[in-house]
Parts: sequence; structure tokens; C-alpha cells
Amino acid sequence: MAELALVRPRAGRDQRIMQGALLLAAGFLALFLLLPLAWLLVRAFQDAEGAFVGLANFAAYVTTPALAASAWNSLWVAALTTLLVVPLAFCFAYALTRSRIPGKPFFRAVMLLPVLAPSLLPALALIYLFGNQGMLRGWLLGHSIYGPIGIVLAQVFYCFPHAALILSVALAGADGRLYEAAAALKVGRWRMFTTITLPSATYGLVSAAVVVFTLVVTDFGIAKVIGGQFPVLATEVYKQVVGQQNFNMGAVVGIVLLLPAVGGFLLERWAQGRQAGVLSGRSVLYAPAARLARDVPLLLLCLAVAVALLSLVGIAVWGSAIRFWPYNLTLTWANYDFGRFDSAGWDALLLSVRMAGLTALFGTAIVFLVAYVLERGVASGPLPALVRFAASMPLAVPGLVLGLAYILFFNEPLNPLGFLYGTLAILVLNSLVHFYTVCHLTAVTAIRQLDPEFESASASLKVPVWLTFWRVTLPICLPAILEILVYLFVNAMTTVSAVIFLYGPDTKPASIAVVHMDEAGQSSAAAAMACTILAVNLGLKLLHLAMGSAIERWTQGWRRR
Amino acid sequence: MLDLLAARPPGPTYLTVEHVSKRFGGFTALHDVSLSVGAGEFVSFLGPSGCGKTTLLRAIAGLDMASSGRVTQAGRDITALPPAERDFGIVFQSYALFPNLNVAGNIGYGLRGAEWPREKARARVAELIATVGLEEHAQKYPSQLSGGQQQRVALARALANRPGLLLLDEPLSALDAIVRQRLRTEIRAVQKALGVTTIMVTHDQEEALSISDRIVVMNAGRIEQIGSPETVYRNPASAFVASFVGRSGSFDATVEPLGRLRAGNMSLGADAVASLPAGAAARAFIRPEDVKLGPAAEAYPGAFMAIVGGIEFLGPVCRIHLLVEGVTLEADVPSDQMAGLNLANTARVLVAVPADKVMAYPHG
Repeated sequence: MAELALVRPRAGRDQRIMQGALLLAAGFLALFLLLPLAWLLVRAFQDAEGAFVGLANFAAYVTTPALAASAWNSLWVAALTTLLVVPLAFCFAYALTRSRIPGKPFFRAVMLLPVLAPSLLPALALIYLFGNQGMLRGWLLGHSIYGPIGIVLAQVFYCFPHAALILSVALAGADGRLYEAAAALKVGRWRMFTTITLPSATYGLVSAAVVVFTLVVTDFGIAKVIGGQFPVLATEVYKQVVGQQNFNMGAVVGIVLLLPAVGGFLLERWAQGRQAGVLSGRSVLYAPAARLARDVPLLLLCLAVAVALLSLVGIAVWGSAIRFWPYNLTLTWANYDFGRFDSAGWDALLLSVRMAGLTALFGTAIVFLVAYVLERGVASGPLPALVRFAASMPLAVPGLVLGLAYILFFNEPLNPLGFLYGTLAILVLNSLVHFYTVCHLTAVTAIRQLDPEFESASASLKVPVWLTFWRVTLPICLPAILEILVYLFVNAMTTVSAVIFLYGPDTKPASIAVVHMDEAGQSSAAAAMACTILAVNLGLKLLHLAMGSAIERWTQGWRRR
Repeated sequence: MLDLLAARPPGPTYLTVEHVSKRFGGFTALHDVSLSVGAGEFVSFLGPSGCGKTTLLRAIAGLDMASSGRVTQAGRDITALPPAERDFGIVFQSYALFPNLNVAGNIGYGLRGAEWPREKARARVAELIATVGLEEHAQKYPSQLSGGQQQRVALARALANRPGLLLLDEPLSALDAIVRQRLRTEIRAVQKALGVTTIMVTHDQEEALSISDRIVVMNAGRIEQIGSPETVYRNPASAFVASFVGRSGSFDATVEPLGRLRAGNMSLGADAVASLPAGAAARAFIRPEDVKLGPAAEAYPGAFMAIVGGIEFLGPVCRIHLLVEGVTLEADVPSDQMAGLNLANTARVLVAVPADKVMAYPHG
């Protein structure tokens, strides 16, 4: 019999839909992530007129002492913050997951409080306490809070929830059988800790360290508000671009900022590869027994952390309602009359809410659809691999660098998308892309929990894929979708670094207004604006909790046995 | 040696697979596979994991298309059609029940469109629920059902649209032994009652033997044998089939003239090697139930002595491990006859194997 010809599969409607969606996803990520970043790279090798100058900009960078010093400052401040935050967060997470302390839900909620506030808020609170008019100025023994001390303290507050969250996830899933086996072998507690607990949390530790280090190096707000004359990379790139309009040098600093983030990203990937699955289907979840020698110190630590976090937020709230710090401590709403300090007034907050709302709505839809198409569509070929890579990239791109890439790319006269510049749309797109990866990973995790044969089953039943997506995938994943929605909203509300280059005269978000009012010496008004951002986020989070349990009852009834 | 008659279905042909190959990158999962399935027939694809049986099933379903070859169903070339344009129902190993829909919702999931007005669909669901005996559970969610009940829901869902072809991908492998046996009888009963052409993938030879009209034994991406359960068990077409289907003791041997096999100093008659040249290497298989022991062996010429190497109690029978000249054989003895044989470890016992029961295949 002659060799039969190769089969050319006919794509069904489902596959065509999936393929089309994948193309759209690739186009979106190319246009709003890959191309701007590529353009940033190009600009670093050009002069102001657009002529190719090779490494001249980099040579200029290395030989400018102020710039080189800022890189060194960024590095050691970030390293110090990491050294302080990660052990503290580890103990806190350990208390939440491996002890029997009371009040865990309370501590968990307090732990997340800093996420809801812009990074400027702890910096402003620290200025109230230790600044030139600070109540506790004497505690610093003559040192100034404006500079590395202030930056590190504020960063510890700001980064703590990120590290604690990662570590409490890493420590949450422990196989109780391992500890029982160790106890049966008469292994001591310390050896159990070093041979079972620590190895299973290694990836979490590396990941937390990378996240904290990257956050500090790339954060703009804290260094701007409390950094004083202490130059770091993030403020330097701002100075180059906004102050001196030197876009090419800005691009160079942007690339330098990208280095630690990309390095950390690779390090994390490496650690992930070495991390074996902790829990198998046969594991029994570890349940700690009560033990005072462990629980009492951990409880004291958690209380201390909670008091520190709450009081810093409290100081900012209190300070925002004080007539004239620290001389006239009567309470007033005057600082909330934003029109007196900044022309945008309350509109800045409204704009932020609109921007965050749009980011959350569009972002959640895009993220979830792209994740679904990637997980359940055609898996072979270069396109899915490219989209997958692009989706994981924003995590390694600091907001400041992305914002810089956007300003260079969309401000380019030849770019037909240039009309986006200075609009609300570009702020939304930028925030969406900036916070893309965490949302993508959340969506992928949720989708992977579904049976991989759902689409095959529905195809065999002649039910189109979009109907199964609507009737099965979406309802099951609703908790994760809400999670993504809230995450995007909260982050878009607080972000400074991603939008500092992109806002226009009519599109100034509240977080930028905080920076401006602080710059103008109106620190009480700045604190007040930061507090309104916190209040909006807190309100949404509470709504999420309340709605979450209602929606849970409504869509997740099948989970109950 | 392939039994060509058995390779064809008894009745009119419903599904044919012609020269189908499947490659994943550099790996070939199916090599030039051909078979046909008769209308209303129950055919099992049997083989070890990785043999290509699930790949073949998914090529028939269109979930993973064949790389080359042709698949025809009811006279229609379906090789390149997407699954939604084919006519089949499938039960997955994981069942793939929609966890957020209740039993009725799952079974009625595909009953939509102009063909299934609401009332008709509702009646069909009720009928199917009754067929699989889940009347009290219609409003329950899958997580509230036992594994066996979930399996029945999956079966009812696959049959809801009255497909021409039912595909079962290891449908029973997630269940425990007792539920498995009951459900396979049920599946067979439903299949017979509906007369739906059915293909089941399984690695469990007992399951395949018990419910199939014909079995397709596969290994390493190729078909080793197609035949009725009895043919496959009694006349395995290859050494692989002999070793994979049913239990047997096996050993390497050399062909001697006049249809005899020699292994060490043991020599026994074997009709299967009559046509092989003397001196050829062969692999021999003997089923435990074909080995005669003690007084029962006396009637056979060429009976020989063996040493008892171990006794396993299996319930209805005892399995005796026998050592003969460095070769290990197994023999099954009904448990109630054990006392009469007076067997114990290291005891010597007379052994015989009828020449027509020795399965042997050229080797090497």
C-alpha cells in the first residue's frame, strides 16, 4: 500500500477562537510591553538627535560620579532592607503558619495593611516622628531621618507585607507525615527545623529576598519624599528625564535599574527549579501542637510588628488631621481641602479611582482570557511560548523603567499611537502591564486546578468552548478573578513609579499629587491625600471580603460536601 | 501468525482505522496502525502504559489528530475533523465532570440547540438518570458522589446525545476492585441494551477479557494481535501477548526435532514449535492451569520431576512454584485438592505439560 499523505487537521470553530485570542494577546503584549522596552534599549545607544553613538552614553554614565554613587547607594540600601525584612517576615509568617498563637486573622489583616497605602505614607509618617519638627527626633542621636535611615525604615514598612505573604504561603503547605516520621526517629526540634522546615521554605526565602531587593531598588516614592540629598537610582533617573530632559541618559539609567531586577528574576527561576513539590496527593497537612516556649515569643513578636505597622499608619492619619504640626495639635479637616494645595484638588482622587477601576476591569478580563488561552489553547509553536515569556516579564521590569519606556515610545513623533500620550488610557495601560505578572500567575494557578479534559469533554458534547468557559471555567475561578481585580485596583491606586512620567495636566493621579504637595512643603496635605488613597483601598478590601463570602455561597456551593 | 479472520469484525463495519501513525516531535507513538470495528461491537485497546492505546483513542476522537493515515466512521472520512464535528461520546479517566454543575446539569450539558427543546432535554436527562440508577442523586454535585456514582454520571453524559460511537478511556481505573467489577458488568449491560459501538482503553487484561467482543493488544505503538478474548488468551500471536495477557511461567529454550523443546536437561513436547527448525532459540510460556501435578501427571508421556519452590494461597487455587533444571514453572491447584497432593517446600513432585498447551515463539 502506498504511503498515505500526512493528515492536515481542520481547525474547528473552538480552535479558531483560541488561535485568534492568542494572536490578540501577542499583539497586545508586543505593543505595550516588548516594543516600548526595545525602544528604550535603542534610545540608550543614541544621542538626543537620534544618531547612533554606541556606548558613549554608558561611558558618560560610569564617569559621572553622582550617577555611579547613586547606583552604589541603591544597592546597599536595598541589601540592608532585605537583611532586616526577610528574617522579620519569616518569623511573622512562621508564627502565622506553624504556631498556635491566638488572633491569627487579625495579624494577617494587619500584615497586609501597608499594601493598601502608597509607599509615601510610611515616609510621611516617619517625617512626622523624626523629621525636622519630629516629636521623637532625639531618638536618632543627631542623625537625620532624611537620607538612608529614613529610606530603610520606610522601606521595611513598605516591603514587609510582600515578604511576609510569600513566606506564609511557602510555610503554609507542610507535610505533617514528615514531622511525624522525624519524631518517630527521635529527631530534635532544631534538626527538624533545619532539615524539614528550612529546605521546604528555601524557594520562599529566595523569592522574598528577590522581591524585597527589587522593590527597594526600583521604588521612587520613598526615596523622593524622605531621601533628602541622598541620591539613589530611582530619583536619579527622574532627575535626568524630568529635570534635565536628558532622555538618552534616562534610558541608560533605566537599563541599569533593569539589571538587579532581571538578575533577581533569574535567581528566582533557578530557585524554583530546585524546589521539589512539597505536597503530594498523599500528604497530610501539618497541624502544629500548642507549645508555650515557641508560641509566647512569637506572639510577642507579632504584637510588636502589629503595633509598629498600625502606629505608623495611625501617625500618618493623625498628622493629616493636625492644624500645624507639632505646634498646634488641634484637629481639623483643613488639610483635606485639597483645592488649597494643588490645582487638581479632589479630582486627583477621582481620577485615581477611575484609573484604578478601568485598570482592574480591563486588566482582569485581559489577564484571565490570556491565561486561559495559553493554558487551554494550542500549546505548540513559538507563539504561545512568546506570550508566556512576555506575560512573566513585567515582574522583572520596574515601574519606573516601564514608565520611561512608555514616554520614549509613545512620545516618538513617528509612533501612530502617539495620541495616547497624556491620556487616561496610557495610565491604565501602563498600570495594567506593570502589574501583569502576579495576576497572570494567579489566573494560571486557578485554571490549572480545573480538569484538563473539560474542553475535550465539551467538544465531544458539541458545546462551543466559549459556552463552557462561561458556564464552568468562570464560575469556578470567580474567587481568583476577584483576587486579581482587587490586586489591580489597589496597586493602580498606590503606584507612583509607573505613572510619574506619564500623567498629563488633566490626568494627575492622587499618588502623584502626594509627591507634588510634599515637594511644595505641604506635607500635612500630602499625608491627607495618602490617607484618602488608603481609605479607598481599605473600603474596597472590606467590600471584597463581604462580597467574597456572598459570592462564595452563590457560586461555590459545589465545594461543600 | 496474525489471525486474519479475527482481525475483521463479525457484522457490518462501523469504524475503520487505516495505516494511522502519530508522531510527537521525534517520538513515534503509533506505527502504521490498522483495524476495524463492527457496528454495535465492544472493542478494547489493551496494553501497558505508553503503548499508544490512549493516543489511538484520541486520534479516533480527534482530540489529538493522527499524523498520517485515515479514520472512517459510518462511511465518512473523519481523519482531519475537529472533535466537535465528529459523532462520539467519551468518558475520561478523570471523568472530567463539571464540578459546579449538579448531576442533572452534567448529564444534560450537551442537550442544547434546536434539536433539544427544553422539555425534550429534561425528559432525556430523567431517562438517563434512571438508566444509571441515580434518581436520588440528581441534584447533588459531583464532589458529593462516590467514585462509582461519578463514573455513572460521566457515562450518562457521554450517551446523552445518542452518539454513534462511545469511547471509554480507562473508565474504571480510579475505582477500587469491587466497584470496578460491578461497574464493568453495568457498562456492558448498558452498551448491549443500546447497541452502541464502543471502544474502551484499558491496561487491565482481566477487564478487557471479561467485557470485550474483541481485544486489540498493543505494544510500543504497534498492534500485536486483534482477536476475541478467548483467541487472545488461548492463542497469543506473539511472545508479548502471551506474557501480557493472562498469567504464565516462561523460559528460554532450544527447538529440538519432532516438535520438542529443551531447556537445560528438561525436554518437553510442544506442538507450537513443530514447524520451527531444530536448534532455533525460542521463548516458551505455560499457563499455571495447564500444568498437571502428581497423579494427574502420570497419564502423560514425558512427565518429569520438579522441586516445590514455594506455595502461594490465592483463595480458590494455590499457586505452586516449581523448579526444574534451573527453569521456574507455575502450577495452579484447586485449594481443596491441596491436601491430597501432600505438597510442601522442597518436596519432589511429578509434573506434566500437555504438548498442545505449550506456547512458544521464535526468539532473538
